[in-house]
Amino acid sequence: MTQGGINAEQVMHLGKLARLELTPEEVEHYTLQLEQILGAITSISAVAADNIPPTSHPIPMQNVYREDIVLPGLEIDDFASGAPAFEDDRFRVPRILGEPA
Amino acid sequence: MTTEYNAVITEFDPIIGIETHIELGTNSKMFCSCSTQFGGDPNTHVCPVCLGMPGSMPVVNRVAVESTIRMGLALNCSIAPWCRFARKNYFYPDMPKNYQISQYDEPLCTNGYLDVTVAAENGPQVFRVEIERVHMEEDTGKLLHAGGAGRIHGATHSLVDYNRAGIPLIEVVTKPILGTGDLAPEVAKAYVSELRDLMRALGVSDVRMEEGSLRSDVNVSLSRPGEEWGTRTETKNVNSLRSVERAVRTEMLRQADQLRAGVRIIQETRHFNEETGDTTSGRSKEAAEDYRYFPEPDLVPVAPSIEWIEELRGTLPEVPSIRRARLQQDWGVSEFDMQSLVNAGALEFIVASIDAGVQPTAARKWWTGELARVANERNCELKELTVTPNDIAQIEGLISAGDLTDKMARSVFEGLLEGEGTVTEIVSQRGLVVVNDDASLIAAITAALGDSPDVAEKIQAGKIAAAGSIVGAVMKATKGQADAALVRTLLLEQLGVKE
Amino acid sequence: MSDLTRQSAATLAGAIARKEVSSEEVTRAHLDRISQVDERIHAFLYVDPERSIARAREVDQQLAKGELSSPLAGVPIALKDLLATKGVPTTCGSRILEGWRPPYNATIVDKLNAAGIVLLGKTNMDEFAMGSSTEHSGYGPTHNPWDLDRIPGGSGGGSAAALASFESPLAIGTDTGGSIRQPAAVTGTVGVKPTYGGVSRYGIVALASSLDQGGPCARDVMDTALLHSVIAGHDPRDSTSINGPVPDFVAAALKADVRGLKLGVIKELQGEGFQAGVIERFHQSLEVLTELGAEIIEVSCPHFEYALGAYYLILPSEASSNLARFDGMRFGIREDDGKDRSVEQVMSATREKGFGPEVKRRIMLGTYALSSGYYDAYYGQAQRIRTLIIRDFSAAFSKVDVLVSPTAPTTAFKIGEKLDDPLAMYLNDIATIPVNLAGNCAMSLPIGLAPEDGLPVGLQIIAPPMADQLLYQVGSALESALADRWGGLLISEAPSL
Repeated sequence: MTQGGINAEQVMHLGKLARLELTPEEVEHYTLQLEQILGAITSISAVAADNIPPTSHPIPMQNVYREDIVLPGLEIDDFASGAPAFEDDRFRVPRILGEPA
Repeated sequence: MTTEYNAVITEFDPIIGIETHIELGTNSKMFCSCSTQFGGDPNTHVCPVCLGMPGSMPVVNRVAVESTIRMGLALNCSIAPWCRFARKNYFYPDMPKNYQISQYDEPLCTNGYLDVTVAAENGPQVFRVEIERVHMEEDTGKLLHAGGAGRIHGATHSLVDYNRAGIPLIEVVTKPILGTGDLAPEVAKAYVSELRDLMRALGVSDVRMEEGSLRSDVNVSLSRPGEEWGTRTETKNVNSLRSVERAVRTEMLRQADQLRAGVRIIQETRHFNEETGDTTSGRSKEAAEDYRYFPEPDLVPVAPSIEWIEELRGTLPEVPSIRRARLQQDWGVSEFDMQSLVNAGALEFIVASIDAGVQPTAARKWWTGELARVANERNCELKELTVTPNDIAQIEGLISAGDLTDKMARSVFEGLLEGEGTVTEIVSQRGLVVVNDDASLIAAITAALGDSPDVAEKIQAGKIAAAGSIVGAVMKATKGQADAALVRTLLLEQLGVKE
Repeated sequence: MSDLTRQSAATLAGAIARKEVSSEEVTRAHLDRISQVDERIHAFLYVDPERSIARAREVDQQLAKGELSSPLAGVPIALKDLLATKGVPTTCGSRILEGWRPPYNATIVDKLNAAGIVLLGKTNMDEFAMGSSTEHSGYGPTHNPWDLDRIPGGSGGGSAAALASFESPLAIGTDTGGSIRQPAAVTGTVGVKPTYGGVSRYGIVALASSLDQGGPCARDVMDTALLHSVIAGHDPRDSTSINGPVPDFVAAALKADVRGLKLGVIKELQGEGFQAGVIERFHQSLEVLTELGAEIIEVSCPHFEYALGAYYLILPSEASSNLARFDGMRFGIREDDGKDRSVEQVMSATREKGFGPEVKRRIMLGTYALSSGYYDAYYGQAQRIRTLIIRDFSAAFSKVDVLVSPTAPTTAFKIGEKLDDPLAMYLNDIATIPVNLAGNCAMSLPIGLAPEDGLPVGLQIIAPPMADQLLYQVGSALESALADRWGGLLISEAPSL
């Protein structure tokens, strides 16, 4: 993966995807650094052939389940005080849509 | 069917596809031990896991996996010998972790089918709906929009309740359904209905549609015969059977208008308005969402053994469509009658009434007759009526013991529907007593004969049919509480006539 | 007993069990030490003396009633701030969690409590465990007790520095690419990264779920084995937790015998980029091990050169997803300027403000690597490299019992030296990362001071998955042989501050 590297527009798009309100300086900085880092790790693309299976879990295990039993959870007092905004027993969040009505 | 709709059908072929999310009826959530009970106080069925607290980890509910496998088997799917969960990454405040644990390119069940029957002009027609996949995922929390009439538009802020977050969902996705022609809306409805029945029959969900536990996304496209498939729209969150049918029809009509006017169909999600039956444009899928799927590293693969799958196969009940065919034969009713009692939602009530001891004919008579009529009048479903199969059994018991007449039974139903109490209470409160003591009946017969002396002569002369008018008069005099057959017998005895 | 803070955990536990000293006295001694030296070290982010003393008294009472039989009962511990502690601030070294008190305990914390181990406080770390120097903490760096101008390693620099400065006899760390072992190496202490799944991850705030592992840190091998025994074992709340018997680490440490064992030296982990003094001490250790009866064999792990690249794709990818929940909606800070802003804007402003530069850098990298169109080339490919590395290890373990290498290529570097050069910083983990990719277990233990700078050097012992006891068996043999030569443990040479 050496084609073209990464540009500022991509970095801004990534910032949006990752919900990071990047400053113009950060965009510039990260464009450079991501390019450097990706450049340094491109060596891996040629190493493993497609017939090598990917490893997602280092210790192979399967079929781990819990029984369908209800256990007590948390009380509202346990987490309400840690929430930035809590109202009527619910988490209060800013309006969902982009522009004010 | 409107002429406009007919015109669409002659010009275009519809292709439909349906994605249905159904909440499973497990006791606990998909990945934690919180209750799945509906209607709890906000944020009372939550724990670190379903609140997405830092450091918490998911553990898969065994019953949710079993339910999905059983659903897959009932839909004639292949069960994956090895598959994984994946994270679907996107930010939304109803999703505590800002990713949903779902399945992506490794669904648990694939390549099945479900046969559905719809009524067509020349009799019932069976369509095979092919199933692309069935997979597991978790539900999101519920947003309450504040300021702005409770709608997302114009809201100043929202309040989040995470009780629903993490409730297990299965998603059933059809392959494109071709060749339905004018029956596309009916096929869509019949498919969702059959899916619902199947879930209930399997006991994997009680599918409370009014609580939003079954939600369909309906894909529709039109193409002119012989041409390539048209661009499809996806109408989201269609939550009732009737709406599924309407959404397909509405989209067919709307798209046809556009195509005829030379306007291209935009690939977009659309919202269905339950009140008007219209669909409106949602957010167009600008740059397709980038969900950055990858295998969920906090969970290990699901690898059902052949033994486990076969054990689960052994628990499958009769497939609803096969069961219906069997019942139809047992009851000796026509395909048409069977279909209409299914459409009326009467099937399970009839079966339950029969189980409670009612004769099949009588059970069908009440549920598709009197009760269906009332439901229709009230524009509601049978299950909303305050009459149970046990009530029917009780009433039928009284009728066969000679304690109630058919007419009086109707009065009991009326009382039940008005919520006047139990069958016994209503019989006594309404004074519904069959008059069958011979002496009072003979007195009434004598009185009636006295009013029409000529009739007695006619009967004695052999015109037994004339007895009807006397029986009628006696029934009238006893306010319908006499047993008509008994009156007739006594009358003939009185006149010394033998049949 | 002379200075309580200079004793091993085993010694303290024995004295407490024999009622020669109370847990309260031991705890107070360490709290005093913290108040004396931590201003200069900054190992701790949070200390609550009253709470710790109250807990120590409780443990003393339980011991008096005979209700506790754990071998470490009454001994205090320092906990990396990545572990959730109910009602006790947990920041992960990040400003985004400032003031947050979790509503639940990590499984490790529950196990420590059940064993009567007393929590002293929460230790500093690189923000969300991203770093090798603890300079990326949102709350300022930790200083290496051997040289206050130098880094204590990372991400668990706080835990390692707390041990090396005698503020705590025990500590818990977490290791995603070396965050227990590299700090142990540069502070002259001992740390073990258990087999993946050997210790529950429940309640450890996830960095990279398929690599993370909590583990024990202490000043000697036996204390490490004792602590490992307390925290190990299956946890039904962690689906990746191994459901099997836990080896007897303490018995292995007591055995301390390498006779007949084959030790593999990894050819690829001793050449370019390794400091001369580090290599020198490493070779001396190999001589000691040979004298003790081990056979040294050179093995090759040809794919290790790709480990760093694979790691810096897998880690940011998983981290970008794991850190998505820090959005200012349910816990932690919210950046709400009072203007009428949408949820997306508030989330973005909160994350922009709450995360430091290294965290943002890795989130961006991970978001990129998982994007459609790049997944196969980056994340998919990295997972294939992982398979090749596992195969390298399997091949090596078919020839030898354990592998050895220097833990880190250099001794502790100066604070600020590599801060602006992420690639140079990442190279610090070159010897530790392959272990995390393969899920093996490994230990770092001190093998002397580098001649050129007088700073501690660590040796890494790597064993196959679920053979953690071999680490203790080999580690304690080497430790006691070196102690015999030096007339005591290396840590006793540490500055008294």
